[in-house]
Amino acid sequence: MTAATGTASVTSTTTTIERNPRMRALRDTWLIFRRSLVLTIRQPTWIIFGIMYPVLYLVLFGPLLDGAVRQAGAGVSAYNWFVPGLLIQVALFGSAFVGFGLIAELRYGVVERMRVTPMSRTAMLLGRSLRDVVLLMMQALIMIGLAIPFGLHIDAAGVAVTLGLLALIGLVMAPLSYAAGLALKSEDAFAPLVQGIVMPLLLLSGILLPMALAPDWLRFLSSINPLTHAVDAARALFNGDWGNSEIAIGVGLTAALAALAVWVASRAFSRANA
Amino acid sequence: MTGLTPIRNVMIQTTDLRRTFKSRKSTVEAVQGVDLNVAAGEIFGFLGPNGAGKTTTLRMLATLIKPTSGDATVAGADLRRQPQLVRQRIGYVPQGGSTDPAETGRGELVLQGRLYGMSGADAKVRASEVLAALDLEAAADRGTGTYSGGMRRRLDVGLGIVHRPQVLFLDEPTTGLDPQARARMWDEIRNLRALGTTVFLTTHYLEEADVLCDRLAIIDHGKIVAEGTSDQLKQKVAGDVVTIGVDGSGASVLTLVESMPFVREASHDADAGLIRLYVDRGETAIPHLLRSLDAAGLQPTSISLNKPSLDDVFLRQTGRSLREEAA
Repeated sequence: MTAATGTASVTSTTTTIERNPRMRALRDTWLIFRRSLVLTIRQPTWIIFGIMYPVLYLVLFGPLLDGAVRQAGAGVSAYNWFVPGLLIQVALFGSAFVGFGLIAELRYGVVERMRVTPMSRTAMLLGRSLRDVVLLMMQALIMIGLAIPFGLHIDAAGVAVTLGLLALIGLVMAPLSYAAGLALKSEDAFAPLVQGIVMPLLLLSGILLPMALAPDWLRFLSSINPLTHAVDAARALFNGDWGNSEIAIGVGLTAALAALAVWVASRAFSRANA
Repeated sequence: MTGLTPIRNVMIQTTDLRRTFKSRKSTVEAVQGVDLNVAAGEIFGFLGPNGAGKTTTLRMLATLIKPTSGDATVAGADLRRQPQLVRQRIGYVPQGGSTDPAETGRGELVLQGRLYGMSGADAKVRASEVLAALDLEAAADRGTGTYSGGMRRRLDVGLGIVHRPQVLFLDEPTTGLDPQARARMWDEIRNLRALGTTVFLTTHYLEEADVLCDRLAIIDHGKIVAEGTSDQLKQKVAGDVVTIGVDGSGASVLTLVESMPFVREASHDADAGLIRLYVDRGETAIPHLLRSLDAAGLQPTSISLNKPSLDDVFLRQTGRSLREEAA
């Protein structure tokens, strides 16, 4: 067989390239989403730790807080204050560390292999991020279900909007985490960086204790933390307090940040890795 | 300068391709002006020590990093202006593996086919074909984490050829494989050539470059120092060495052989009783030598032929031995 005839037969590939880049991005996002989800579910460690962590908070910290609130004579269920914040915390931590998984994929050579294909670069990011959002939704639903017997009262529409808010938080943190993983390429550098960002965000958000207790300077810092507004929005939503302006502020701010994070991170995936 | 081969179908052509890496402290010119011509359907080898710029060149040609300057055409597409087209037409097998240990071989192949645009049904059919061709059917539905090194490397190659690329880039395809797995990989690469695929591989193994590759380029410190078939390189740079054992008649033998046109250079080692000749092609020189010596009434006590190795070529070009570099 001559080289020429061989090459001719090779060029007639069975592939049907999607010409429309937007369709291609959607299709590739679905492919990466499905693969990532299947591979995550195959790792039982995630299932165990992903569920155990919020449950521990609920069981080992919730009653303590409930007791404290009762003693203060506030007359409300501590869980309605605590669970929305806990959900936000789970969303924050659950998605801030997803870059770890990407660093592993970088090491396996999976990311490089995909970069050589004509697949959409945005899909590499969105497919993985949407997997993270879906896992986050599962965690949140399990937690809400478990918290009801403890004394959580829910407003169904409020919970639905809260889930949307959690998804947006996932779409802020997961893309940024992936971008950081791509840039750092090493777990040793990644873990301290993420801890260093997430811890202050958490402490300043009023998730653990009400910021009303804080001195003015701390309350000011808290007020410029976007996460504080998400937490306030989630609490208002759980109580069905639809007139609260924090709902629009929290959701709007988080949505804007999600758009920004997706844009920044998809640029990181598009850039040739120099 | 690069258009000297108009008859052959050129699959890869580069002109003054360069890549510089800048860090805070230093600037490294990893690739310093590479001109290459790879014909369709050949196995082209890129031989050089670690850090010579082989992988950097390969990664540029595979669209993974952008050249600092210079141009290239890969499978008929312009590397700078049409990287998507290049991606559609090439396959790339990285050095350090390309699979997730939790995913099955089949799962990886099906996904890869789909990322190249195949429908789900087509990708499944093609995955089965590739698994059969690479003898991975028995392990197809196991996680790749359970594969042996040789199996994993074959799967990596499979991922590179799922979409039937015109060119397959292989970065150090046999590094870390045992001799049996290496021989097997060579067979797979030859099979690909038989199917019309152009193969461009990097290696720091002399034997691999010598036995497997149709043509090769030797690269050192980011520059190509020699290019051609293995035989051409050895002839051009070193020539064959013929050693004649002489008993006392050394001076007459030396005079005789120095008068012969095909002898490039000759020397007499009187202590050892040996004459050393450098000739272009030892196997054709020896019968001539024997006849001439016989006609002159001179009786050599022994005659031997040593072929130069690619290492001799590398040694002549760079002053270092590749064998030592690789060790």
